[in-house]
Amino acid sequence: MKYVDEFRNPEQAQALSRQIRELAARIGRTRTRPLQIMEVCGGHTHSIFRYGITQFLPEEVEFVHGPGCPVCVLPMGRVDDCVALAEQPHVIFTTFGDAMRVPGSKKSLLKAKADGADVRMVYSPLDALKLAKDNPAREVIFFGLGFETTMPSTAMTVLQAKAEGINNFSLFCNHITIIPTLRAILDSPELSLDGFLGPGHVSMVIGTRPYEFIARDFRKPIVISGFEPLDVLHSVWMVLKQIDEGRAEVENQYGRIVPRDGNPEALNAVQEVFEVREFFEWRGLGSIDHSGVRVREAYAQFDAERKFHVPNLKIADPKSCQCGDVLKGLIKPQQCKVFRKECSPETPLGALMVSTEGACAAYYNYARIDISNLETHPEKTATGKTA
Amino acid sequence: MSSHTNSTTTSGHAKRPRGKLRDSHINLSHGSGGKAMRDLIEDVFVSAFDNPLLAALEDQAVFSLADLARHGDRLAFTTDTFVVDPLFFPGGDIGTLAVAGTVNDLAMSGAVPLFLSCGMVLEEGLSADVLRQVVASMKRTAQQAGVSIVTGDTKVVERGAADKLFINTAGVGVVPKGISISAQNARPGDAVIVNGHLGDHGTAILIARNELGVECQVPSDCQPLGTLVAAMLAACPEIHCLRDATRGGLATVLNEFAESSNVGIRIHESMLPIREEVKGACEILGLDPLYLANEGKLVAIVPGASAARVVAAMRQHPAGEHAAIIGEVTATPPGSVVLHTAFGGQRIVDMLVGEQLPRIC
Repeated sequence: MKYVDEFRNPEQAQALSRQIRELAARIGRTRTRPLQIMEVCGGHTHSIFRYGITQFLPEEVEFVHGPGCPVCVLPMGRVDDCVALAEQPHVIFTTFGDAMRVPGSKKSLLKAKADGADVRMVYSPLDALKLAKDNPAREVIFFGLGFETTMPSTAMTVLQAKAEGINNFSLFCNHITIIPTLRAILDSPELSLDGFLGPGHVSMVIGTRPYEFIARDFRKPIVISGFEPLDVLHSVWMVLKQIDEGRAEVENQYGRIVPRDGNPEALNAVQEVFEVREFFEWRGLGSIDHSGVRVREAYAQFDAERKFHVPNLKIADPKSCQCGDVLKGLIKPQQCKVFRKECSPETPLGALMVSTEGACAAYYNYARIDISNLETHPEKTATGKTA
Repeated sequence: MSSHTNSTTTSGHAKRPRGKLRDSHINLSHGSGGKAMRDLIEDVFVSAFDNPLLAALEDQAVFSLADLARHGDRLAFTTDTFVVDPLFFPGGDIGTLAVAGTVNDLAMSGAVPLFLSCGMVLEEGLSADVLRQVVASMKRTAQQAGVSIVTGDTKVVERGAADKLFINTAGVGVVPKGISISAQNARPGDAVIVNGHLGDHGTAILIARNELGVECQVPSDCQPLGTLVAAMLAACPEIHCLRDATRGGLATVLNEFAESSNVGIRIHESMLPIREEVKGACEILGLDPLYLANEGKLVAIVPGASAARVVAAMRQHPAGEHAAIIGEVTATPPGSVVLHTAFGGQRIVDMLVGEQLPRIC
């Protein structure tokens, strides 16, 4: 496929792999523990497993799977709030499909739908706005979820609802913001990360400047990365190159998409509609200051939290879950006490098992057995010629 | 394949002229058991499916065991229900699916598909033209597959109690002597074969629902596979495993084979026949073509030494034009499917959790 296959070229992958190994070996001579690189974004986690990218890396380089999967970090209490909203009479509750299965303390939205709530999957907040227009006697609530990537489209939809005077549309805002969360991870005393792959799609909106504190204040390299397998390998090489040369900078590997200053129109819309919350609860990480946004007073009529009664209960993460330790890179998913036992993609306990972008679900689906031990040259068969 | 009902001795000559459906839309009286229902059955179903067993209008079709026994020594019996939304999509409709689906379930045992039943649940208000169109597709697909629809049932439910039209078909076929196909038969050294492009049906339905504003047409692969299987068995009677990759796609079938046979299965991304349009739709939507539904694709596991012969035979058949070897059976890791990516990595291909798309068949 044009413009895709170019980024999945196996020869170039091998070449990059060799250079990464050389760099890692050189850096490794002065170190006793592996180089840990956090990929912040769940999209990267997915690519790493889908393409088997770790198989191109030497043992000295490890990925730590970051918090950048908005579905995964959604606390149970917020899912309960969604269910409570969806179960109100006259409400059509609209959501992106991947949030349907996230477990609340009692049920998921999928279960609520089966129990009779009118929950509908949409591909864009504009679909929800259209539903509101088509169903003037109903209240349509859109479940706004995600980082800066999806924030602008939600903001634009609210602006459009206001411009068109649509009164039966509102937003249950659960948008979160990545920078305070990265700061919280960097402030953690147990931190052992050596560098970051920065999120590509978030950066398309916010640009590269907001990451500068990571290099300046914490002396860690960060490379904004694309999502194709060669993008990820290239970015790993760029992080190692910085470490090798003793640099700590913000570099942009995803220049074909990410401008230095982001997308000003998108940022303006976000600025107009949203304001930062004092704190927001994250599944697995706890409460993080200034890490969420809410609807501004000027748009209160479109804010489901003001328009409806939202229970807003705090539900603690299950005690047995070690999602926080996985997120900080302290343990691997399979080292968690409940991995593959009480916690699986069918019945996820922890946040990271919920979405395919979550680290634990990725381990469960793609790395169930140690792939490096697989025979690479099996017994010869008649099909060997065509293979 | 010729019709298998000609030799049966059932008198099917109605003395009075056939009833005629005059209404433009289905109403509750068409399921009442009275005259309106008889008109519907005679005008729409009996005239289209046109065979003496059905025309007899008995409560059951009766066929001779001796006729069946000419095809083999064991009976295959299956059923499937079709609730696809939308009813019509590029490359087929619910009628094509309802016949091809059941024919294919029979064929995957190596059976010669012979007789089908047709149970219809109609929603009050369904357009009679829509029903006629669906029935015409069933007739065409049945002819293509060489099967007869010999018994049926029609129910009409109030508006809202069903969505337009649901169809159940059951089917009977006969397994030729000596053929033994089972998901437990895969052995290390066997080859994995598919008969063509993967993921067409799932993509066709997704695009036909028009929720995405994607402007390309991928026709569904919906087709009966009975004669293709017959051609494959002629080339290699000892086919080990055979299954049609419907809901859950290729990945699900391979996992079932790997688990049932306690073997490993390795497939190669670069060898998978997938259309560019399907790849593109998957890239945009974050779907994996390995899990997308097909309605005219089978996965075969055959002894390695016979693989090339089977593929050559398949390519002679219209339903196997793009047949390809896509991988091989290994001793390890037992119960798992491993994909070698075109990128050069490997990963486990697991069973699907949850539902990729509802109501695709």
